[in-house]
Amino acid sequence: MAVQLHIPGMLAPLAGGGRSIAAQGATVGEVVADVAARHPALAGKLRDERGEPYPYVLFYLNDGDIRLAQGFGTPVRDGDEIVVVPALSGG
Amino acid sequence: MTPPSAAAVSPAPLPGPGLVPQACRLCGERSAPAPQAVCSSCLGPLEPVYDPARRLPSRAEIARRPPSLWRYREWLPVTGEPVHSLDSGFTPLLEAPRLARLLGVARALVKNDAVSHPSLSFKDRVVATALNAAAALGLGTVGCASTGNLANAVAAQAARAGLAAWIFIPHDLELGKVVGTAVYGANLVRVQGTYDDVNRLCAQVADRFGWGLVNLNLRGYYGEGSKTMAFEIAEQLGWRLPSAVVVPMAGGSLLTKLHKGFGEVTAARLASGSPPRLYGAQAAGCAPIVELVERGGDLIRPVVPDTIARSIAIGNPADGRFAAQAIRASGGHAQAVSDPELVEGIRLLAREAGVFTETAGGATVAAALALARAGRFRPDDELVLCITGNGLKTVEALRGALSEAPVIPPKLSAVASLASA
Repeated sequence: MAVQLHIPGMLAPLAGGGRSIAAQGATVGEVVADVAARHPALAGKLRDERGEPYPYVLFYLNDGDIRLAQGFGTPVRDGDEIVVVPALSGG
Repeated sequence: MTPPSAAAVSPAPLPGPGLVPQACRLCGERSAPAPQAVCSSCLGPLEPVYDPARRLPSRAEIARRPPSLWRYREWLPVTGEPVHSLDSGFTPLLEAPRLARLLGVARALVKNDAVSHPSLSFKDRVVATALNAAAALGLGTVGCASTGNLANAVAAQAARAGLAAWIFIPHDLELGKVVGTAVYGANLVRVQGTYDDVNRLCAQVADRFGWGLVNLNLRGYYGEGSKTMAFEIAEQLGWRLPSAVVVPMAGGSLLTKLHKGFGEVTAARLASGSPPRLYGAQAAGCAPIVELVERGGDLIRPVVPDTIARSIAIGNPADGRFAAQAIRASGGHAQAVSDPELVEGIRLLAREAGVFTETAGGATVAAALALARAGRFRPDDELVLCITGNGLKTVEALRGALSEAPVIPPKLSAVASLASA
């Protein structure tokens, strides 16, 4: 599946300056793995050492928090959008 | 001799506010003052760093200062002269003896931020701090993601400061909170979804537009304003610390900052006594921090809120893990209450203490009752209930809960009939 991963501006330098990254995968986790493989400097801000979501970012698939779905196992479809935001906001 | 230019004879401008630097709570990396709330290295939370050698005021010096949150300015991140919202804070601490009897404690007090100036909630404290941070950073537009009280506070204080404001709220908030924001002329945007949807959107807005969103990119500075509630409680008790405090929890920031504030009061040797046990209250329909306290561990399990307590309906609390840590470290606990229980809490506080609070305050009172029933309090406890918002903002919560007032003809006999009934 072809999807777009959008990252915060502060992480853009770790991905060559772009805030939107075209990526492939059948699940959110696979999409993140694809991005991590092509942008190693960004990898550690998306996944922890166990391959789980990095605890200080949140992933939203088409505006939905993936923790309320199947986490990195959440399936994606062609044209989906994944937004990454810092976890510490609001309240 | 050349006459002095107009610029040369003008008085020097008063120094505007400045800001202390920030450091990451996780990795310790320092950041210069900026509209940035997370660490650029590890994405952990940034917190202001204070000069440990700075001169701190004595009790007597504090007592001579105006009755506002700025009397504790050495513990706030704004350096120089604050320019906005100079008169927020220093709300009453009320004795509530009938509540004390109901709760089985020696003394119960209500920290009444329901009458906070100017917008009737504790959010006036954090916004006063954040708007001065915005001034220090030269930001002309501020905003927030809000469940209502913060919207009111940002709108009111930005209007007075002459700042543009963009305020994002869930589309279906209580009427009082919508009107209490729109009236100030802010750009009010109602977003389809829950607060957590609003918050995610605002993280993107802050990133895209560079506005000073008080609880997003100014969050490190903003949160410190909550500490002033702890300082006030200590000072109003005659520079003594209470033994227990009950606090409503939404994002978990207030409880976390009260923990920090009580610690700073103690470290500065301003107050006697041990820091209090902290008890957090949530509505059962949105209680991820209570669940974390009971489960143990550090990772919040987010929920989709389902409660009338909209002001604390945050299913993904950013400071949830820190609030849980503070509760455990203080020896306190956390308690969830049902919507009917929190409505009864609103009524009880009004009847027994003469304070009309909103749903979050109802949850606080109801949680205190539940904690008392569970034996969490001690007979010699001096207990403070933090009442964070005004009941006039959420009158919908009481629909059907109060008996209808009789309508009578303007005749004395009609009153006599009522009085003898």
